[in-house]
Amino acid sequence: MLNYIIRRLSLLIPVLIGVSFIAFSLMHIIPGDAAQSILGDAATESQIELLREELGLNDPYLVQYGSYLSDIIRGDLGTSLKSKESVLTELKNRLPATIELALFAILVAIIIGLIVGVISAVKKNSWIDQISMTGALFGLSFPVFWIGLMALWLFSVKLNLLPSSGRISEDVNLHIITNFYILDSVITGNFSALKDTIKHLLMPGLILSATPLAIIARMTKSSMLEVLKQDYIKTAHAKGLQNKYIIFRHALKNALLPVVTVIGIQFGFLLGGTVITETIFSWPGVGRYVYLSVLGRDYPVVQSVILIIATLFVLVNLITDILYKYINPKIKYN
Amino acid sequence: MNTNYKSLLVSISLLLMLSVISACGSGNGNSSSSQNNNSDDSLNDIEQTDNSGDEKIFTFGRGADSISLDPSIVMDGDSFYAALQIFDGLVNYKEGTTEIEPGLATEWKANDDATIWTFKLREDVQFHDGNTFDAEDVIYNFERWASSGEFAFYGSIFKASESNLKGIVDEVKAINDYEVEFILSEPNAMFAKSLAITAFGISSPQAIEKYGDDYFKNPVGTGPFIFESWKTDDRITMKKNENYYGDVPKYDKLVFRVVPDNSSRFVELQSGELDLMDSLNPEDLDKVESDDSLQVVTRPPGNVGYMAMNMKHEALSKKEVREAINLAIDVDGLMALFQGLGEKAINPIPPIFDAFNDDIEDYGYDVEKAKKLLNDAGYESLDLTLYTFSSPRIYMPQPKITAQAIQEMLGQVDINIEIIESDFDTYKDSVQNGDHDLAFHGFANADPSGFFDFLLAKGSIDNIAYFESDEVDELVKKAKTELDEEKRIDYYKEAQQIVHDEIPWVFIANVSPPMAAKKELIDYKPIPVGSEKFNKLDF
Repeated sequence: MLNYIIRRLSLLIPVLIGVSFIAFSLMHIIPGDAAQSILGDAATESQIELLREELGLNDPYLVQYGSYLSDIIRGDLGTSLKSKESVLTELKNRLPATIELALFAILVAIIIGLIVGVISAVKKNSWIDQISMTGALFGLSFPVFWIGLMALWLFSVKLNLLPSSGRISEDVNLHIITNFYILDSVITGNFSALKDTIKHLLMPGLILSATPLAIIARMTKSSMLEVLKQDYIKTAHAKGLQNKYIIFRHALKNALLPVVTVIGIQFGFLLGGTVITETIFSWPGVGRYVYLSVLGRDYPVVQSVILIIATLFVLVNLITDILYKYINPKIKYN
Repeated sequence: MNTNYKSLLVSISLLLMLSVISACGSGNGNSSSSQNNNSDDSLNDIEQTDNSGDEKIFTFGRGADSISLDPSIVMDGDSFYAALQIFDGLVNYKEGTTEIEPGLATEWKANDDATIWTFKLREDVQFHDGNTFDAEDVIYNFERWASSGEFAFYGSIFKASESNLKGIVDEVKAINDYEVEFILSEPNAMFAKSLAITAFGISSPQAIEKYGDDYFKNPVGTGPFIFESWKTDDRITMKKNENYYGDVPKYDKLVFRVVPDNSSRFVELQSGELDLMDSLNPEDLDKVESDDSLQVVTRPPGNVGYMAMNMKHEALSKKEVREAINLAIDVDGLMALFQGLGEKAINPIPPIFDAFNDDIEDYGYDVEKAKKLLNDAGYESLDLTLYTFSSPRIYMPQPKITAQAIQEMLGQVDINIEIIESDFDTYKDSVQNGDHDLAFHGFANADPSGFFDFLLAKGSIDNIAYFESDEVDELVKKAKTELDEEKRIDYYKEAQQIVHDEIPWVFIANVSPPMAAKKELIDYKPIPVGSEKFNKLDF
C-alpha cells in the first residue's frame, strides 16, 4: 500500500510539469497584454513599455518559463503583476474561503445524494423515487447563475431569512486563525460566529451542491440497482438475512465503488468551478479571483492557481483510489 | 458496521437539518453596529471595540476591490475611489465638476510661461497619524513619485522615462514652511489641474517610512476619512476624520463593499445592505424608478463613445466615403440602445466642458445622399470589418447590439460589415495593432486635452483612426500651455471644428452612467470622471 502511494505521488511531478507548461504557454499565446491591462486606458505607450520591461515581459518566453519553474521549486509562487503582493499571500487569503465552500457543498451532496440514491434504488418506482429523480434532473439542468439569483432574491430580499453575501456578518467578531471560519469559530469556542458562518454558507453552499448531489444520487441509484440484481443478494435474502442488513452491509458497500469515483471527480470540479457562485454571493474566494486574473492577464497568479488546483485534483483522485482498496468487494457470508 | 452505518447517516442528516433550522430561525444578520475586523493578515489579533449600536454607517457597493490603498502606485478607478476618501491633493475637484478648488493648497499661481508654479499651503492640517503637514511633506511625496517607475500615473502625466524619472518636474522646493515652488522643464498650463488626480494625494512620510512595503494597506493621508481596516475582496472600512479642515462627514463610518455581480449588488441595495451602489444594470432602471425607497443617481457624462474609421484603409482614406458612412447611420435612432442614458455625441469631447463647441452640428442622416457619395467615389459596394468588445463599457453599454444595428444601417448602402467581437484585452490588442477597418472606441477624462492627446494626436496608440493633423496637435499644445481660460477654450473650439471637417469618426454617444441609492441620500453629486469624496453627503 505504501509503495503504491509513493509511486502515485512520484507520478505527480511529471504531471504537474506538463500542466504548468501548458498553462504557461496558453496564457502567453492568447492576445492581450498584462502591462496594458494593469495600467488601464489612460496609459501612454512609453508607460506600458516601461512596465513590460520591469515585469520581464519582454524576455523570450522560455526564459520566463525557466525562471518561473526555478522559483516554484524554491517555493516562490511569484508576485501578482497587478497587486505586487506575493501570489502565496493572495491565495492564502482566498483559498480557504473556496475550500470551505466546496467542502460544505460536497458534504451536503454526498450525504443527501447517498441517502436519496439508496432510497430510490430500494423503493424503485415509488413516489419517493419519482420525485427524487425529477429533483435531480432539475438540479442538473438549472444553471447556477439563475438558481443563485432566484434564491438570493427569495431568501434575502423577500423573506429576509438568509444573508445575501460574504462569509460573515459585519457585527460578528471572529478571531481568524486558519481562515476557515467554521474551524476558527470551533477552535475559539465562538458559538455565535459559528451560527453566523453557517448562515452565510447555506445559500451558496446548497446551490453549489445541487449538481454534484444530483449526479451522486443518480449514480448511487443505478449502481445500487445493479448490485441488488446480483445473485449473492438473492442468496443473502434466501438465507433469511434482514433486509436492512443486506442493503447496507452488502449492497451499498459494493455499489459505492463507482460512486466514490464520481465523488472524487465532482469535488475536483467544485474546486475549480466556484466562479459563478462566488460572483453572485460575493464570496471572497479563489474562483472569481482567478477569473479576473485571466481577464487581466496576471500570468503569475493564473499559473500558480492552475498548478495548485491540478495538485489538489491529483491528490483527491489518489485518495479516491486508496479508498477503493477499502471498499473492494469482499463478500462475507456469515 | 451495519445499523451503525445507517444511524450514522441519519444522525448526520438530522444534524444538518437542525443547523439549517436554527440558522434560519434567527433571521438576517443586519449590521447596525461596528467593529474592528482583521486586516488581510489572517494571523492578526482583533481589537474588540464597544458595540455602540447607534453608529451611523454609510455603505457603498461596487463591483471590484481596490488593488492598493496607496493611490500613487495604481491606475484603476476602484483603487482611486477608496483612496480619494483618505487622501487630499494640493487641489481637489469641485463638487460635480472637473473644476478645481483649494485642497491642501489655498492658492496657486504660475509665471508667465507656465514653467514655474507656486502653491501656498494650508497651515492647520494634520495627517491621520498626528504629524503636521507642511512643505517638506509635499517635497517628500514628489521625490518619492520620481524615484521609480512603479509610480505609473506620475510617470504618464509628467512624461517620465527610464532615463528621466522626474519627467517635466525638474525641481520641487520649499520657499518656506507653507509655500512650495515647482520648476518645470517645459510650459504646462494644466499643472495645477493635474494635481487634483487621486494618484497625487499626499501621504504622510512618517507612515511610509514606518510601513515600508506594507504601506499600500496602511494608508495615512489628510482626507475626510481615516483608514480602519481592509478585508481583501470584501470591504474597506473607514471612520470620519473629526479634524478635517473641510466638511467633516455627518456620519461615523464609511464602508466600501465589493459585490461583484451587478444583479447581486442590486439585490443588496434592495435588501437594505447597501446605501449606494455603482454600476446599475440599465435593465434595472425601471425597477429603481418604480421603487419608492430608491432613487437613481446619474454621473454627468464625461466620456465619448464612437466608431473610429481607419484612415489608412484605401476606401476609408477618402473623405467622401467617411462622410457617406456617417450619413448612412441614424445616430438618433441608435440612442434607443442606450436605455435613456446616452446623448448623441457631436464632438470628440463631451458637452460638460466649457470648451465644447456648440456651433457644430451633426452630419445628418440621409441614406440616398450616402449611396450617391459612395458611388461617386467609385464604390458600388464595400466590405469592412467592425471590431468591438463583448463586455459593456461606460461609453457603450450594449456593444454587440449597437454593432448589429450599424451593420443593418450600413447594409442599406451596400456596405457589408463583418463584426469581430472579442474580450476587451484582445480587442484592445487588435485595434492598437491596426487590424481593423472600423472599430468601437471610447474614452473619459477630466480635461479636453486628454481626449485630444489620446485619441487624435499623431502617434498615439489610441488614435486608432490614424487621424493626423499638425494643426490640431498645434492647437492642443497651445491650449495646454495657455493660462488664459478664454483663449484656451478658443483653441479647443477651433480644434473641434477641424476634426469635424475631417470626419475621422462616427460620433455615437456621451453616456451618463447610472448609480442607484436609497431615497434618503442627499447632497451627493457625482463627478464626471468616476470618483468623488463622500464627506458632503447625508442620508
